[in-house]
Amino acid sequence: MAYSKKVVEKFENTLNNPEAFKVGRFDPKEANVGTGMVGAPACGDVMKLQIKCEPKGNTHVIKDVKFKTYGCGSAIASSSELVEMLIGKTLEEAKAIKNVEIVEALELPPIKIHCSVLAEDSIRQAIEDYEAKQ
Amino acid sequence: MSTQSTIYLDYASTTPVDPRVASKMMEFLTPEGEFGNPASRSHRFGWKADEAVEESRSHVANLVNCDPREIVWTSGATEADNLAIKGVARFYKTKGNHIITSKIEHKAVLDPCRQLEREGFEVTYLDPDAGGVISPDAVKSAMKDSTILVSIMHINNELGTVNDLEKIGEIVRKNGAFFHVDAAQSTGKVDIDLSRIPVDLMSFSAHKTYGPKGVGALYVRRKPRVRLEALIHGGGHERGMRSGTLATHQIVGMGEAFRIAKVEMEKDHKKVNKFHKKFLDKVKEIDHVYINGDLKNKVPNILNISFNFVEGESLIMGLKDIAVSSGSACTSASLEPSYVLRALGRKDELAHSSIRFSFGRFTSDDDVSNTLDILGNVVHRLRELSPLWEMHLDGIDLDEVEWNMH
Repeated sequence: MAYSKKVVEKFENTLNNPEAFKVGRFDPKEANVGTGMVGAPACGDVMKLQIKCEPKGNTHVIKDVKFKTYGCGSAIASSSELVEMLIGKTLEEAKAIKNVEIVEALELPPIKIHCSVLAEDSIRQAIEDYEAKQ
Repeated sequence: MSTQSTIYLDYASTTPVDPRVASKMMEFLTPEGEFGNPASRSHRFGWKADEAVEESRSHVANLVNCDPREIVWTSGATEADNLAIKGVARFYKTKGNHIITSKIEHKAVLDPCRQLEREGFEVTYLDPDAGGVISPDAVKSAMKDSTILVSIMHINNELGTVNDLEKIGEIVRKNGAFFHVDAAQSTGKVDIDLSRIPVDLMSFSAHKTYGPKGVGALYVRRKPRVRLEALIHGGGHERGMRSGTLATHQIVGMGEAFRIAKVEMEKDHKKVNKFHKKFLDKVKEIDHVYINGDLKNKVPNILNISFNFVEGESLIMGLKDIAVSSGSACTSASLEPSYVLRALGRKDELAHSSIRFSFGRFTSDDDVSNTLDILGNVVHRLRELSPLWEMHLDGIDLDEVEWNMH
């Protein structure tokens, strides 16, 4: 698999230093936590993303993020890349993140674009879950 | 980047050429060597090359105990499979139009069968049992009056499972059909005695047995005689079954590799058997590991393992200094998980989680020990990253979850 150096580095860094790269979990029942999970084991990838937010003005800001991903190297790298983009963003800004930003940042090959779509869907779901709780 | 620091555990994919084979091949290339065309009858360059080709043919025949005249050189096992399957089907099409094969064959068998379906033949694809073996009974019940050919592999390339050629062959012969066997993974691994087993055609590859890529052979039985329609025409070489100037150096390489295989089979076997045992013992210490393929009925040089809750491609990336292959969809261009593992009835996620380790003549004890150390560590880390592992630890049954499919 001819991955870009960026995918390989991102994957290896995440694997070797999971805490620094926000691997982990929040209690999904907490009111300020939103959880999104997309994909299926039979398809080869499942991404779980959790955001921890707090109100700011008339919106909410993402203060912290945790994720876990089962999938190929680029799925793990894509989740890790997305997580970095999220911290400090308002929910509106986070919703506006498009999968192409991940594709470009990691130079994903065309056959792996679905990994970035999965990442985009996981943030949408996490935000929906959070908003439903407010 | 040099590959020298990488541990090679992908011998079922290809083997390095044995240095003894490479040096022999070098004698048949340069002006100082025997570079002649084996088909040249008018001078000693040709005679010498022909001599070398015939000696090699004897080495191949000797390994599988057949007559050298029953060996036809090809460009590899893929061509041999194509020649056997299409060649027999097209020659005998007036006798019947039904072919039997299995779902776990190599693509070099499946794709020619698909082609024959387009030409009007009917093909039955047998399911293996859960252990990855084709049962003789399944072959028996699929036989029809119109069956002209049965093609079943000897050793499966993904699992290492071994089919019973003797029993299957008897059934096929009793029904008056021909029996083709893809034996690309067998040479130098297990004994093959064609004087005893009822096989009509058998495909061989050089590069799985420490010979060069680009050469193989097809065994075509003389008694009872099997006839073929050639695929390649142009000079009538190889008794009309495969035209084209013989690649002397490649053929010499295959001959030498098979000669060595005969002499060293036992030694090679002992070595990989030790690695297989060591690997298995250590891997069993990891939770939720599944061995694919019947352990009681497989060769020790191939070990196919599913590490549940971990995706195969990410595991391969984690094992970055170890060369292995995976049944994961993500390593294939088609994005489909291994059709072989699916045919065993394994859940898709276990196919996605599978890795094939294969050992060989140049594997060292250190290679195996180092791999095992790294493997346990990487599986652990990837599970820490896996939401499925987390759910499993929380006691959630993953089969009951409603997944958000893509």
